[in-house]
Amino acid sequence: MSYPEDRRYAKSHEWVLVDGNTATIGITSYAQEQLGDVVFVELPAVGSTLERDGAMGNIESVKAVSEVFAPVAGEVVEVNGALEARPELLNTDPHGEGWLVRVNMAPGSDANLLTAAEYEAFLAEEGAH
Amino acid sequence: MNGARGRARREGVIFDRSSPGRVGYQLPPLEVPPADVRQTLAGVALRGEIEELPEVSEVDVLRHFHRLSQLNYSVDEGLYPLGSCTMKYNPRLNEELARLPGLAQLHPLQPEEQVQGALELMWELEQALVAITGMARVTLQPAAGAHGELTGMLMVRAACRDRNSPRSTVLIPDSAHGTNPATAVFAGFKVVEIASTSAGTLDLHALARHLEGGDVAALMVTVPNTLGVFEPEIARAAAMLHERGAFLYIDGANLNAFVGIAQPGAMGADVMHINLHKTFSTPHGGGGPGAGPVAVSQALVEYLPVPLVERTGDRWTLSYHRPKSIGKVRGFYGNFGMLVRALAYIRSLGRDGLKAMAEGAVLNANYIRKGLEEDYHLPYPGASLHEVVFDDSRQLAHGVKNVDIAKRLLDYGFHPPTMSFPLIVHGALMIEPTESDGVEELDAFIAAMRQIARECRENPELVRGAPYTTPVRRLDEVRAARSPILRWRRSSR
Ligand SMILES: Cc1ncc(COP(=O)(O)O)c(C=O)c1O
Repeated sequence: MSYPEDRRYAKSHEWVLVDGNTATIGITSYAQEQLGDVVFVELPAVGSTLERDGAMGNIESVKAVSEVFAPVAGEVVEVNGALEARPELLNTDPHGEGWLVRVNMAPGSDANLLTAAEYEAFLAEEGAH
Repeated sequence: MNGARGRARREGVIFDRSSPGRVGYQLPPLEVPPADVRQTLAGVALRGEIEELPEVSEVDVLRHFHRLSQLNYSVDEGLYPLGSCTMKYNPRLNEELARLPGLAQLHPLQPEEQVQGALELMWELEQALVAITGMARVTLQPAAGAHGELTGMLMVRAACRDRNSPRSTVLIPDSAHGTNPATAVFAGFKVVEIASTSAGTLDLHALARHLEGGDVAALMVTVPNTLGVFEPEIARAAAMLHERGAFLYIDGANLNAFVGIAQPGAMGADVMHINLHKTFSTPHGGGGPGAGPVAVSQALVEYLPVPLVERTGDRWTLSYHRPKSIGKVRGFYGNFGMLVRALAYIRSLGRDGLKAMAEGAVLNANYIRKGLEEDYHLPYPGASLHEVVFDDSRQLAHGVKNVDIAKRLLDYGFHPPTMSFPLIVHGALMIEPTESDGVEELDAFIAAMRQIARECRENPELVRGAPYTTPVRRLDEVRAARSPILRWRRSSR
């Protein structure tokens, strides 16, 4: 798996794509593989405030419910409504159509995230396949 | 497969047996002029249409449900190694005592003087649980472990408020059962997860860091933890919490590992729940509801739910006068029938018997651990108590996952272990045999698991396709979760 280079990654397996002040957040392909088939996604409300590394939602798979942590801080401006009817988008297209939320990012809160290459090295170190 | 199961395999839903006009009753001849209910009940109690109720005879109903019951796997059938759930045998003596008319036919609104025996029984059970846990007092009201957790955390909240020290954070290790964070959130707290150490235990450095802010109301921790590993620093953790004005909640789901050997009270616990349907052999569902008594230290006694049973001389009363109580958490006095069963179990085993029970649970789990450790990987190899958690990493090399192993086990006639929990173990297979079974059943289980490990190496396709001998093959769990059909309709066939 090669990870898109246009974005940054968190060790808790989320990605962030920054465009001006807006950051789009999703989970990585590795994360969706670990979760297995996703059956339900619970996202924060538009207008709510995310703290960096704070819990921002839940993803329920056949196996378990897992928390998603916010890789950046900011105010939620849009959530991916398509996931309500089609949670499987997280499995089929985690880096694209399966995005979770867009936030008006607190400036600089994306500091110290990993590049694609660094994230891949991190996965290799963790013994992930 | 025996005949009953072969037939049960074809059993549909009761609606399939319906035949127009067939009934399961006989009425005497009518001696008055007939009335048409469509007229007499119109506008009062008449439903427009009752859709598709099955029209069946008594024998149709009996056979249908009897056959379905033959498909059930239960503790009466064999080893039920569902980790964390403690699926132990439910002694018949408990059932016999719970059915004594003087207990079974009591009405919860009978006056106290008519139910002295029942009150005494509840009081005795509380005394026994106090002696076992080393805590100050116990409420018997909650209807399950998770309900007990909520009761406990509401008491913590009340105590914080009472001390004028409202706090919003509850710390929970990443190995916890999902009910712990769910409880904390439900009780109005924010959850902060603590990463476990590499040994899978509580990280005291992390605990100290999180305590610095002064906003922590409690730590919720399972002892022994969900890996079956005793928390060696639990007393230190309790002291650190108390120093900061926070409480220690011990999830007592695993109390069966140390009854009669150690006491949560001595570890510094302030509050804990006890699943009577785990440690104390009352049935899990099917045979009845659960029961999740909550034990508290002196610090929380005044917040216990009302009523408590009090003794004055040789009279027992229900005491409601507890001004700081969090109130009632359940109708009447809890699931009374379960309290009878649990006390029967405690009294029939006695102090030494309970200790032997815990030792037997630990022995059996370690016997299985030894028997399987060549074939399955142990992600946390430290000493374990009443359960053992393997993972599927060796089998994954052959493309077989924990779920495939669990399904294959059905073909060998065993209930599978708990899977994919605790969350800190990827591909977990969590095995808890309990003390109920003898060495022959444990050997049969070990042989089946080893045979499956061999199949994973030699014929992984076989394991991935399991089960083969069950009434239904592998179900589409994803579709069932994404678009569940919750009600039968003729059109949905
Ligand atoms: C560790 C742990 N905590 C809490 C619970 C919840 O208990 P109950 O199922 O009685 O609500 C369980 C149940 O399996 C458990 O294993």
